[in-house]
Amino acid sequence: MPKRGAPPEVNAGSMADIAFLLLIFFLVTTTIETDAGLDRMLPPIEPPDTDVIIKQKNIFQVNINRDGQLLADDELTNIKDLRAKAIAFLDNGGAPSGSADYCSYCKGKRDVASSDSPAKAIISLKNDRETKYGTYITVQNELVGAYNDLRNREAQRLFKRDFTDMEAEYLNPETPDNVREELKEKVKRIQDLFPQKLSEAETSSN
Amino acid sequence: MSKFNKKKDAALPAVNTASLPDIVFMLLFFFMTVTVMKDSTLKVENVLPNATEIKKLEKKDRVIYIYVGKPTREYEKTYGTESKIQLNDKFADASEVGDYILMERAKKPQELQNVLTTALKVDKEANMGIISDIKQELRKVNALKVNYTTYEGDAFRNLQ
Repeated sequence: MPKRGAPPEVNAGSMADIAFLLLIFFLVTTTIETDAGLDRMLPPIEPPDTDVIIKQKNIFQVNINRDGQLLADDELTNIKDLRAKAIAFLDNGGAPSGSADYCSYCKGKRDVASSDSPAKAIISLKNDRETKYGTYITVQNELVGAYNDLRNREAQRLFKRDFTDMEAEYLNPETPDNVREELKEKVKRIQDLFPQKLSEAETSSN
Repeated sequence: MSKFNKKKDAALPAVNTASLPDIVFMLLFFFMTVTVMKDSTLKVENVLPNATEIKKLEKKDRVIYIYVGKPTREYEKTYGTESKIQLNDKFADASEVGDYILMERAKKPQELQNVLTTALKVDKEANMGIISDIKQELRKVNALKVNYTTYEGDAFRNLQ
């Protein structure tokens, strides 16, 4: 009996399993940091073939000056009030019932002097060359937020779910294809109700 | 009782090190997964603004990065304190942005060339003038999809 008396060796065969278990745990739980930000489309450089005439009342003009002050529809506005103003403009639905532009889901004031329908309403953003980037992003954020608020409202009404939530799931590459197909239609439908028409004019240099 | 007495004579058993490689590999894998490879060292200050209505940039291989900000302290002497554009590892002029985008686009596989996003990582203290110049250049080369990269947070903090 050669081994007699020596302490028994600890079986280390399962150590590798434990190590792999930990490895898999960390693999699953750590998320690699991804960048996030505001997605925007720039207008194409070639001018459209036909000049579209847009009624003044369908344009919501936002101007930012070099000191970060805001002029929304010719009124000096605090940035904190911008979202509410933009929502009021987009959701106005001023076209009379019966006309082609009539907006049945709008809950605004239906002011004749403001936008006809969300499809016609355009927000135009203009800034100075000296404007701080931080201010510009805040304004962009508020305007995108106004659209998202309205889209969320409609999505809640139609599908009992937030639009931003649906869109995030739709854009997530891990979402299965059949779910995504279904979401695509819903997302499209909401986007058509409140199309994002945010025009960025070229900066003024004076 | 002789059974127990004998044990005392035995030498201290060696610690089994057979699993040491496993532990090392585990650590290695852990660090491999959590580290984000930075392909360019930042030469500009880059404190991004905050925003709430953000979308994630899902696929890294479809993104072209442009950095804008004040040169960091070591480059301040050579490049001044005005906001500058950084493309890859070099400072660049706004007029070079178009060429850079075309070059980066050519490097990507054919099927991705139409779905590229340009991520603008801009310091919040930068002026809009330089951004407008970049946007104009991007429009010239038809790179219309942009993402203003931000942190997630209250947008009103940008104003302070």
